[in-house]
Amino acid sequence: MTAAADHVTQPKTSSRFFRRALPYLLSLPALLVCIGILIPFFTAVYYSLLRFRLNLPALKGFIWFDNYINFLSDPAFWNTVKISLVYAGLTVGVELLLGLGIALLLQKPTRFNNVASILLLLPLMTAPALAALMWKLMTNPNFGILSYFVSLLGFHNFKWASDPSTALLTVTLVDVWVYTPFIMILLLAGLRSLPKAPFEAAALDGVPRSFVFFRITLPMLLPYIITASLFRLLDSIQQFDIIYSMTQGGPGDRLMVFQVQSYLEFFQYTNVGRSAALLIILWAITYLLSNVFIKQWLKLRERAHGGA
Amino acid sequence: MYEKEKGLFDAFVAGKLSRRELLATSAKLGISAAAGGMLLTAAQTRAMAAEFDWMAHKGTKLKLLLNKHPYADAMIANLQTFKDMTGMDVTYDVFPEDVYFDKVTAALSSGSSEYDAFMTGAYMTWTYGPAGWIADLNEYIKDPAKTNPTYNWDDVLPGLRASTAWNGVPGGELGSADAKQWCIPWGYELNNLSYNVKMFEKAGVQPPKNLDELVATAAKLTKDLGGPYGVGVRGSRSWATIHPGFLSGYSNFGQRDFTVADGKLTAAMNTAESKAFHKQWVQMIQESGPKNWSTYTWYQVGTDLGAGASAMIFDADILGYFMNGGDNKEKGNIGYAPFAANPKASAPTPNVWIWSLALSNFSAQKDAAWYFMQWASSVEHDLFGARKMDFVNPVRASVWKDEEFRSRIDKSYPGYLNQHDTSAPGAKIYFTAQPLFFDLTTQWAETLQKMVAKELPVDEGLDKLAANIDKQLKDAGLG
Repeated sequence: MTAAADHVTQPKTSSRFFRRALPYLLSLPALLVCIGILIPFFTAVYYSLLRFRLNLPALKGFIWFDNYINFLSDPAFWNTVKISLVYAGLTVGVELLLGLGIALLLQKPTRFNNVASILLLLPLMTAPALAALMWKLMTNPNFGILSYFVSLLGFHNFKWASDPSTALLTVTLVDVWVYTPFIMILLLAGLRSLPKAPFEAAALDGVPRSFVFFRITLPMLLPYIITASLFRLLDSIQQFDIIYSMTQGGPGDRLMVFQVQSYLEFFQYTNVGRSAALLIILWAITYLLSNVFIKQWLKLRERAHGGA
Repeated sequence: MYEKEKGLFDAFVAGKLSRRELLATSAKLGISAAAGGMLLTAAQTRAMAAEFDWMAHKGTKLKLLLNKHPYADAMIANLQTFKDMTGMDVTYDVFPEDVYFDKVTAALSSGSSEYDAFMTGAYMTWTYGPAGWIADLNEYIKDPAKTNPTYNWDDVLPGLRASTAWNGVPGGELGSADAKQWCIPWGYELNNLSYNVKMFEKAGVQPPKNLDELVATAAKLTKDLGGPYGVGVRGSRSWATIHPGFLSGYSNFGQRDFTVADGKLTAAMNTAESKAFHKQWVQMIQESGPKNWSTYTWYQVGTDLGAGASAMIFDADILGYFMNGGDNKEKGNIGYAPFAANPKASAPTPNVWIWSLALSNFSAQKDAAWYFMQWASSVEHDLFGARKMDFVNPVRASVWKDEEFRSRIDKSYPGYLNQHDTSAPGAKIYFTAQPLFFDLTTQWAETLQKMVAKELPVDEGLDKLAANIDKQLKDAGLG
């Protein structure tokens, strides 16, 4: 009997310990993930405060915020900021319009629309660097098929990515080709999940289509639009593959976006300090932009809950 | 019977038999050309192994990092010889040039011991050496215990040996007495004109002899040929745009990238002469260069010549060589000409690119890797590559004198040897060795792009470039 009682007490102690430890154990993976994320981040912050060129080890030392100050006083840096923001804004804007348009066309879940939506996803399955290479060939002035088509329109010397005046347009086209399907598929999912009642009511009342679109569809779809835009904006402001593969940031400094500049600073110039500082600045810009978007998204959600 | 054949080839390698005698006796013995090649390689291997313990690192596994290049192809084709001779195993990764150097930087900057030896250019060692990523090969070359007595380092062309040695002092003379040997020259290229003979005949022009003629001839070709453009030169936003034809022509006018005084560097690309040269270069590209010049790398320049899209190139001689063979449309139509841009210059002064081999400081088996490097840069392997493969241009004086190699080139590539031999005395690295090489030459290329795009006038662009470079040199303690 006593032995039996002891036997019962023993698991009670261990289960109490386990119960107490459980929250810590459960949060351990999250803690490890946090550490995994934070260590590289703070390492980059640390490097950004150094004068640190791999091939000039004797010069290595703390210069605190000099890398940042040097960037802020350099017109080339502000060109990078401008180009990165313009590129991100332009690509996301065009992709949003196109993605929304295609999603509206494919809204009805018919067999044709389902097949078309799958086919339209193909560019998204292409590696961006490969897409850039493909477009580089298609826009070659000597034998590119797109150069041939524009020559039929009378543009015989169209230089695509190799001319400063058309370089941004060209890389934007490639980005739009690759990523519009991403927006399209998110918005298509959103459109198909919208409640049917308001649309049925509008149809019964004979409300014009444009009114339905601007007053019912678009407001209800807005959280999806914001989510898709946020994802694309974060990606687009960090664009590297397409621009580097097509122009290496040129002609001149026309496409010198953050990631390309940071890549060159590290891999070609072995300037770790400047490369890290650029990435931290990019992180700050991305953080601010995402904050704006998330706040908007939360406001919309609140409004939707209030309305309900 | 086999012993007889073996003895014949051993005698040839030992210098007891002339080539003519070898060929005659081989024919009598009924040895085919292919079998003769194999027997010769085997005899050379035996000769190499006779005076040096090549088996000292038997069983070691080496890994190489290689650029996709005919020089690497020639080495891979002969690699079994090294494996048989040393008992070592060798594996390798091959990457295309677009990403190759980034891969090298990633491997070395992380201190990875994955690769024991790798291909590099001399300019890269100005980064890798001071960073402590590669070994000073003087320690190996001068150590008789580690280096085959028949290696004959002095046979490597003196200009190339000097160009791959630097003392690490910004602006320090290449090949100075206190220089470290950062890599071993393997194959090199100098920059001259390669042109389409048929197109030149059609347009009724001769190979230009200086920059004025080059600009005029390129314009005439563009106008008269009705399709192909006049001259192909590199234009991508990269250091690689500056070093071939551009710097070769620039140096011919006595122009420099920097001046060095009291150990300090000052940008020198905004002199009046430099501005004049830039103006002509820019005009040439605008009038007669490829339409999408600002994306042009070595590959585009070469393929346009091979495909008949351009009438000539001012780039690496070996690029013209490769375009005259293979599956190229213009195969057999390419001619070669030495080129001195300055009408007052007595000879060409081509800047050189030297494909070299370097030894990773992170390798756990450096001695074994050095065995590979000395084999790959040996007379025997150089001869194999030069005679049997596209291993142009070899780095050894003895190989350049080899009759079989010379007659092969002369027969299939008329004019090639002349352009090389005329230019070789003035061929060397014309850049100032300094640690900001890649930053500053990339900025130079960027400025050139802006000038060609008419975004920036030449005078203003070069003044701005020089001021910007001077600031960076000061920031880095070099100016």
